[in-house]
Amino acid sequence: MKIIYKKPEPITKTHTTYCPGCPHGIAHRLVAELLEEMNLTKKAVIVWPVGCSVFGYYFIGTDAVEAAHGRACAMATGIKRVHPESFVISYQGDGDLASIGIAETVHAAARGERISVVYINNGNYGMTGGQMAPTTLLGQRTTTTPYGRDAKLNGFPLHVPEMLAAIDGPAYIARAALDSPQHIIQAKKFLKKAFTAQTKDLGFSLVEMISACPTNWKLSPVEAMERIRREVLPVFPIGEFKVAKGVE
Amino acid sequence: MEKKVIINEERCKSCGLCVSVCPKHVLRISEKLNSNGYHPAELFDNDNCISCGFCYLICPDAAIEEVRRLEPVRK
Repeated sequence: MKIIYKKPEPITKTHTTYCPGCPHGIAHRLVAELLEEMNLTKKAVIVWPVGCSVFGYYFIGTDAVEAAHGRACAMATGIKRVHPESFVISYQGDGDLASIGIAETVHAAARGERISVVYINNGNYGMTGGQMAPTTLLGQRTTTTPYGRDAKLNGFPLHVPEMLAAIDGPAYIARAALDSPQHIIQAKKFLKKAFTAQTKDLGFSLVEMISACPTNWKLSPVEAMERIRREVLPVFPIGEFKVAKGVE
Repeated sequence: MEKKVIINEERCKSCGLCVSVCPKHVLRISEKLNSNGYHPAELFDNDNCISCGFCYLICPDAAIEEVRRLEPVRK
């Protein structure tokens, strides 16, 4: 028997604390697979955010730091500048990166810091009970927008990759989705380019991953994945927004 | 014959995503219980499995530990 796929080595034996069907686990596995393939496990430092993935250092066995809410990019900047030989990944959610930490993210991108950011967008604050996040879709019901998000009252969803692609600093900006095997294979390709941008010292790289939150969307895991295809992807289209020369 | 999909039943959280993406419908949620109280997924039709690995790709808990393919028999 020939082995087609095997659980990557950096994934630890600890069971994840996520709800059943949460795509955080898929993103973890993609990061772990690439660290193993690109032989970066030994020198990787992952900066974990505040949010559901706060215990991420139990699930991926690399060096890790826990950042204050939203400040993961600022912390990653410091680590990369003090240890330029290390491979620094900042793993953040939408409430963390797009809301409280938007200043740190935009300025890290503008400075062109050599860090890779994995940005999970599930459209709400999953850990605290499903409040509205900057990326919540118009009309989406959350605990703080019980009648649906209203553009007049709550504003519009924030498109972070499009915004960062307008800055000169980033080397690679893309958006992927974690809803089907096809999109997950594509997400891995995008993430590999983002990691290459850092190993080749080209600049800041960010990959947004459209994710689901079955518990707070009050859907089953399979229905949540269908909702991504039906409602989220038309608003947040998949694609590469900025590819610097040399990222291949 | 050896199983083509190796499932770690203790890690499985019974989300059903692997069952939903399986193109040959050879996976199902079993009647068994694991120590967390979930019904783990199982491969019930090993012969019809085509080792595409979709279940591995979508599994959020890395419960599907290995996907294997039969080597072609040379004569």
